[in-house]
Amino acid sequence: MADAIDTNTGTTRADRRAEAADTGPVLASDGTPLKASLRRALRAQKLRALMLVAPLLVFILVTFVAPIADMLFRSVENQIVSQTLPRTTAELQGWESDSGDLPSEDTYRALLTDLTLAVAANTHTRLGSRLNYEQSGMSSIFRQTGRNIDDVAAPYLDNFEALDPRWVEPGTLAALMTDPDYFAAARAWREENPVGPFGGGATYDQPIRLNPGIGELLPSAAAIFRDWAEYVRVENSAVVGDEEPWSLFYLRLYQDLLNVSEADLGAYDGPQSDLLLETKRMLDQFQPVSIRDRFIEVDAGWGNPDIWATIKVYSPSYTSGYFLNAVDMQLNAEGVSMQPEDERIYGILFKRTMFMSLMITGSCILLGYPIAWLLANLPMRTANLLMILVLLPFWTSLLVRTSAWKVMLQQQGVINDILVWLGVVGDESRLIMINNQFGTIVAMTHILLPFMILPLYSVMQTIPPSYLRAAKSLGATPFTAFWRVYFPQSVPGIGAGSILVFILAIGYYITPEIVGGTSGTFISNRIAYHISSSLNWGLAAALGSILLGAVLILYWAYDRIVGIDNVKLGG
Amino acid sequence: MATLIQLKPQPFSFTGPVTAAAAAFAGLFVGTAQGSGLLGILLGAALGAALAWGLMQAPLPRRTMRWGIAASSALVGLLVGGTMGLIVGAAFGAFFGWFPLWIADGRYRAGLPPYLTPGEVLWHYAFRVICGLIFFFLIAPIVVVMPLSFNAENFFTFTPAMLSLDPAGYSLKHYEDFFGNSDWQAALRNSLTIAPVATLLAVSFGTLAAIGLSSEHVPFRQAIMAILISPMIVPLIISAAGMYFFYSRIGLQGTYVGVVLAHAALGIPFVIITVTATLVGFDRSLTRAAANMGANPVTTFFRVQMPLILPGVISGGLFAFITSFDEVVVVLFVGSASQKTLPWQMFIGLREQISPTILAVATILVCLSIALLTTLELLRRRSEKLRGMSPG
Repeated sequence: MADAIDTNTGTTRADRRAEAADTGPVLASDGTPLKASLRRALRAQKLRALMLVAPLLVFILVTFVAPIADMLFRSVENQIVSQTLPRTTAELQGWESDSGDLPSEDTYRALLTDLTLAVAANTHTRLGSRLNYEQSGMSSIFRQTGRNIDDVAAPYLDNFEALDPRWVEPGTLAALMTDPDYFAAARAWREENPVGPFGGGATYDQPIRLNPGIGELLPSAAAIFRDWAEYVRVENSAVVGDEEPWSLFYLRLYQDLLNVSEADLGAYDGPQSDLLLETKRMLDQFQPVSIRDRFIEVDAGWGNPDIWATIKVYSPSYTSGYFLNAVDMQLNAEGVSMQPEDERIYGILFKRTMFMSLMITGSCILLGYPIAWLLANLPMRTANLLMILVLLPFWTSLLVRTSAWKVMLQQQGVINDILVWLGVVGDESRLIMINNQFGTIVAMTHILLPFMILPLYSVMQTIPPSYLRAAKSLGATPFTAFWRVYFPQSVPGIGAGSILVFILAIGYYITPEIVGGTSGTFISNRIAYHISSSLNWGLAAALGSILLGAVLILYWAYDRIVGIDNVKLGG
Repeated sequence: MATLIQLKPQPFSFTGPVTAAAAAFAGLFVGTAQGSGLLGILLGAALGAALAWGLMQAPLPRRTMRWGIAASSALVGLLVGGTMGLIVGAAFGAFFGWFPLWIADGRYRAGLPPYLTPGEVLWHYAFRVICGLIFFFLIAPIVVVMPLSFNAENFFTFTPAMLSLDPAGYSLKHYEDFFGNSDWQAALRNSLTIAPVATLLAVSFGTLAAIGLSSEHVPFRQAIMAILISPMIVPLIISAAGMYFFYSRIGLQGTYVGVVLAHAALGIPFVIITVTATLVGFDRSLTRAAANMGANPVTTFFRVQMPLILPGVISGGLFAFITSFDEVVVVLFVGSASQKTLPWQMFIGLREQISPTILAVATILVCLSIALLTTLELLRRRSEKLRGMSPG
């Protein structure tokens, strides 16, 4: 807007001169057209202003806006399930959760792989706690299964051992699977670095190299062998040939041997190729077991279709589950439904936050209006003196005021002592004024009262006192004059103060935490609880996002009514 | 206005009952405290009426009578309630030596429009009393905390020894605890390191940005302003949650740097607002004049612009400082135990109810805020004088 005017002024002046001289465009002293020269100067000014603002803008974007964005993102983010159980969630896509059947054997095999890797990476307990927010009992299922994950496919190991005991010798397996050079080097390194008395010791620094031909012959067994070997090398300071692989390896080996043709095996001539061929020929003696049954044996929960339904519902990377939880709903296999009656706490909490904020706003109006009126109608000197009484609490540390209220309101506190001394209440029936809604409302009214008085005062200062006198001289009673003439003019002040107080009140944390007890806490206390105690960050983020939305709507209203530039700081 | 009003002396038929009513009200409190409220009311009313009659009739100089009443009332108080009774009695006596004559002379209508009805006069004074009570509500917590911080006992209430103004009831032991306790001292040190650095960051970034924003040529001015002010609008618990999540992602959670950055972000809106407000009154032709005389932009900034907007910058800095110094929610989440600040230590103390040392700290903080408030007021006046406005 301002740019346009400047440019226009420049242009018109240039045009006028051009008309007067009538010799083409007017030139600046350096020979360029004046118009272009002006535009360049303007651009330079714009750029300089932006350069001045840029550092702060970047600073705020990084230190403040990014965290808020991160919170909003966390309220819907749900990658933990699909990241921890990638194969299982892919398999579950084809499973109908309302069929009442358990998922296929393939799904259980995928789960075995995912969980074996998750246990190695120690992420299964985190997933268990995450899913436990949605269905209780999940955490213990995952912990129990994690402890016994190697037992699930143990029958396959036993089968291989029965076919040929060489299958359980770590050395034989390592020779079969790894590159011969790597195997030799690893064993030589182990000779030089024997395992210490308590295990551990140095870590071999060469990543695993598989036998070149084995990957094509036994693809899935080779893949899990690589994962296992890297895991023991990094985590256990072991090298190939030290330990027996996960039992999952034997399941994979069995499947691969079933799939591979005898001709291909016969053509293979790597280490231990004869063992492979012999085993392939004896494979009909193998007694396979159902992995599904094994899982159910380890933890009966795996036989419950509801558990699987929950995993399926929460397998997408983004979920509305946290938001639904935040409004007392839940997302499960049947879709969205209300929480059971006795678990609906957030509705109550949101309602209580609203109700108490309204009460606080109301009592601030009630107490602030007379004060603002008095200050606006007293002589300037007296008003300034009394203003100190308003500004002093405003400037005093929030914790000082909260601690003062705690001291005054408690049962052995100052107010109760005075009441007992006056004989209003008996010593044994002291009033309970703290750790309930009353305490929170009193303390927060006191804390937020200046935020009501200051906007009210600045509005009332602009109302000429002669209006009231005029109304009275026209025959209005004092009350009518106030109610019909003065009050309507002070409504903008009430509006501004109320929105300000309300915005501040619904996000308050410290005061309700200290004087609120259990019945006087706000939604913000619940957010803090989920961040630091229950560690359900997603739900905390969802609650925070809802609160933020409410505040932004109120703030937008404040901007419409008062204007953002009119934010005043203590007169 | 006072000159317009003819003060009209009131007869005893008016003064007597008014004084009696006021004295009955006072008697109610004394009575309940001593055992019988009803007796207190009756005795108070009788005493009040007698006092009014005596004051109006007695030929003695008024000053003598007022001192006499105050002294005798104080003596009665001393006999009944010790030192505290002396003070309360003297206050009652001073009031009731003045009140009947104020009514009797009709001085209570001085300064009021002459056309007010008696009801309106009564409402006028009732309103004053209500306002007085609200002011008391505003100031009471601070007034209560200060004397309690000198309590010799570990109680959060006035002990009998304190009420009788016995020196043994008072001590500095909570202050000694504050200055001797390593927890509190560590917290104080943390606060005193974090707040200045955060203030410095907020003031330097904020002043530059405010100068940039005050130029008319900034594109998206509204949007930029909204982003810069946002830390003040977003509830602290949400800022704290977001910062906790984000800072733990990038490894700043539980570090001094994280807390300083968070506090600087919270303080920036205050700097922006105060400096922008100061720049509104800044005459831009001054910088052009300086440039015209050959000063480069840096010299112009430090020699011409900065001295003029300095009051705004300092008060913005004070706001930023107190924001950081007083902040507890964000530091609770972003900080770890080694960044424990003074408010955090107080918060722990309050939640776990440990010691009245909190009250000593509170008193120190109140004194600090009084100092800050005074500084800000002086700065405001200076700024207005510099800008050629009359001091409010």
